[in-house]
Amino acid sequence: MQEKEKGLNRRQFIKWSVGAVGLAAALTTPLLPVINQARSAGSSPETPAKEAPAQPDKKKRAWCMIIDLKKCEGCVTIGAPPQCTMACINGHFTPKGQQWIQVFQVELSNGGKFFMPTPCYQCENAPCVNVCPVAATYHNEDGLVLIDHDRCIGCRFCMAACPYQRRFFNWTVPELPPEAAFAEYSPLYPVPARKGTVIKCMFCGHLLHDGKLPLCVAGCPMKALYMGDFDSDMATNGAEVVPLRQFLKENDAYRYKEALGTQPRVWYLPGHGQAFGRTTDDPREFKTPVWSWGGDGFEPRPGIWPWGKEIK
Amino acid sequence: MRTRAESYEQRLERVVLNPLSQTTRGYKLFVLSLLAVVGWGLYAYYIQLRYGLGATGMRDVVMWGLYLVNFVFFIGISHAGTLISAILRVTQAGWRTPVTRMAELITVVAISIGALMPLIDLGRPERVWELIAFGRFQSPLLWDIVSITSYLTGSLIYLYLPTIPDFALMRDRLGYYANPVKRLIYTVLAVGWRGTPEQHRRLEKAIGIMAITIIPIAISVHTVVSYVFSMTLRPGWNSTVFGIYFVIGAIFSGIASILIVMAIFRKFYHLEEYLTERHFRNLGYLMLVALFIYLYLTFGEYLTVAYKMQVEEKHLLETLFVGSNALWFWFFVIAGLVIPALIIILRKGPVIPRMVIAAVLINIAMWIKRFAIVIPSLQVPLMPFDFGAYYPTWVEWSITAGAFAGFILIFAIFAKLVPLISIWEVAEGARETPQPRVATLVEQSGMKPEEIEALLSKAVAEKGRSRVEQ
Ligand code: SF4
Ligand code: SF4
Ligand code: SF4
Repeated sequence: MQEKEKGLNRRQFIKWSVGAVGLAAALTTPLLPVINQARSAGSSPETPAKEAPAQPDKKKRAWCMIIDLKKCEGCVTIGAPPQCTMACINGHFTPKGQQWIQVFQVELSNGGKFFMPTPCYQCENAPCVNVCPVAATYHNEDGLVLIDHDRCIGCRFCMAACPYQRRFFNWTVPELPPEAAFAEYSPLYPVPARKGTVIKCMFCGHLLHDGKLPLCVAGCPMKALYMGDFDSDMATNGAEVVPLRQFLKENDAYRYKEALGTQPRVWYLPGHGQAFGRTTDDPREFKTPVWSWGGDGFEPRPGIWPWGKEIK
Repeated sequence: MRTRAESYEQRLERVVLNPLSQTTRGYKLFVLSLLAVVGWGLYAYYIQLRYGLGATGMRDVVMWGLYLVNFVFFIGISHAGTLISAILRVTQAGWRTPVTRMAELITVVAISIGALMPLIDLGRPERVWELIAFGRFQSPLLWDIVSITSYLTGSLIYLYLPTIPDFALMRDRLGYYANPVKRLIYTVLAVGWRGTPEQHRRLEKAIGIMAITIIPIAISVHTVVSYVFSMTLRPGWNSTVFGIYFVIGAIFSGIASILIVMAIFRKFYHLEEYLTERHFRNLGYLMLVALFIYLYLTFGEYLTVAYKMQVEEKHLLETLFVGSNALWFWFFVIAGLVIPALIIILRKGPVIPRMVIAAVLINIAMWIKRFAIVIPSLQVPLMPFDFGAYYPTWVEWSITAGAFAGFILIFAIFAKLVPLISIWEVAEGARETPQPRVATLVEQSGMKPEEIEALLSKAVAEKGRSRVEQ
């Protein structure tokens, strides 16, 4: 018995050390290159004098996202589906029909409309975390709301509890492109999606500590999305770095359905794409996202017996 | 008097035990057809296991469906039993004795079937053990698990205790010429019951304790079932009234189910003598009380919401009152509240058919009401998009049918193993009652029990009046 345990430990030790070497290799690549780049470009005059810590990968963070609706024009200018959604779909192989960041067209009382991209809000008082019976949904130390897909029993109580409908369920085995199979699963990077479990946006937690921006933030051609960290009080959209709290204050930031008390970590800066000349009655058509690998998603419903249509 | 009482007891035994010793062809056919339906439900579940929940009509927006509706419905029915028989026992309503056994049986069977429903609903049923291993008490689902298992355990004990003397009776009567297995079972179940006064005293005490403990458990069960819904920020669910609303709804549909079961067994097992019109009438009045409380709560619930008209609540009311769910909602109001109330109040026609019609209507309407609680709240868009759609597939309907068939099947099998009427309690009741029993009168006059019941109640009323006049 003793022997066996030792053997196991040795094996684990080898595994870990290999992993550690790999991790160290990954970490030697420049950290927070985007923020540093942006800072060296000196695009923001308000850049705080104090430098960001040298080893941000180890540091606890308080991530948040800022969505500047003044700049979001639903990608109608480039006549394409919303690029944030497309970046997320292609980067995470999200099953067809799941838009982890979905761009809603919100009607205004004056008859016009504006666009509202909605990722999971990573609520601080998250109803979905509260109700999960097996702690499959949890807060990590950076404040992200993650899902452990090895734990989730698929009760969908969290979906009932989420007041923003930001959770999705893998109703059957999802149709994914072949390359999805090579992805290495972690709750921070839930790829490939698994049948019978709940899935959602996780703020691209797998990229943040490597100093990379979330795919949707990087993918937005209008630079309307910012990733921020309350601990270092900075946010960036990849082109500029802004002092987070001041930026929120100066731009009348609000959170969606603030009154519910869920305390989302996503702030909106009110607007309707005016930064790119869009008016609220802009007639240009919004394009819905497409899945390059095709398939029916979870759409087909089973036929009457005898089994009408095979669902894949 | 003494000989009469004895012959009454003998006949009681014969009538009640008869179904246990004889099995008709009709019964076998009935059980076979139920088995077929259950088998079909199992096949549907196999399909669902194989393809995942995609085989159902549930999707991301309406992510709960028929299974949750059935869950609430069955747990609701389960209140029939224990709660009602316990309340009646605690308040010493003498007329309850022939009814209690059936009511308790409904509880045990309904709660078992009901508890299966959320498990069928899981996307990963093979991980169900995690609920025990990693269960978090912050989740209302865990509250459900705890209170449903304690309710099931409590109800089993509460069903078993008053059955001990009857098991002993069967051990002495049936086991004699039946096969040894049967005898062994009854002997074990009778736990050495000899009917001594000491044993009686202890049994009564144990039953008394259980009757009181079971009431808070029963109430907690439906309260926490409602919490699964009311702990969320959804229109219609986000309500403080849900706990009591569900409890009353459960009692309401519970009484209705007892009435149906009573009527069925009365007819097929020839229990006319023991399940009299009085039982139906009294239970009917109890049901009427529950109906009015439920009506009141429904009214209050929707009025307070409709007065304020918050956006999401407004959407909900639109779909309920005039939109795609209006048919269900108004069916519930008319067939579940208005018509049954009229049937019970107006007292036109014979009691038993009236009560049974009301009870059947109520049970159908209450299932639909649960549908109207669960589904429309999920259809209401919480983000700027359209209403969600939900069309249950054949898989869900089949599993639902299988669950109902399973409920009836277990009940039918139980009815073969356990006397449906508590023989010793009814006999005791007969011994304690000084007036001539209906039973002896039936024997003497050859009239129908209903007629005698009517005559008796008239006589009692007159007696009461003359006493008042004196
Ligand atoms: S938006 Fe919904 S899924 Fe995301 S953290 Fe909040 S409650 Fe949970
Ligand atoms: S579906 Fe999964 S993550 Fe959601 S509450 Fe159930 S177990 Fe938790
Ligand atoms: S943060 Fe990442 S996971 Fe979330 S919507 Fe953006 S790309 Fe998708």
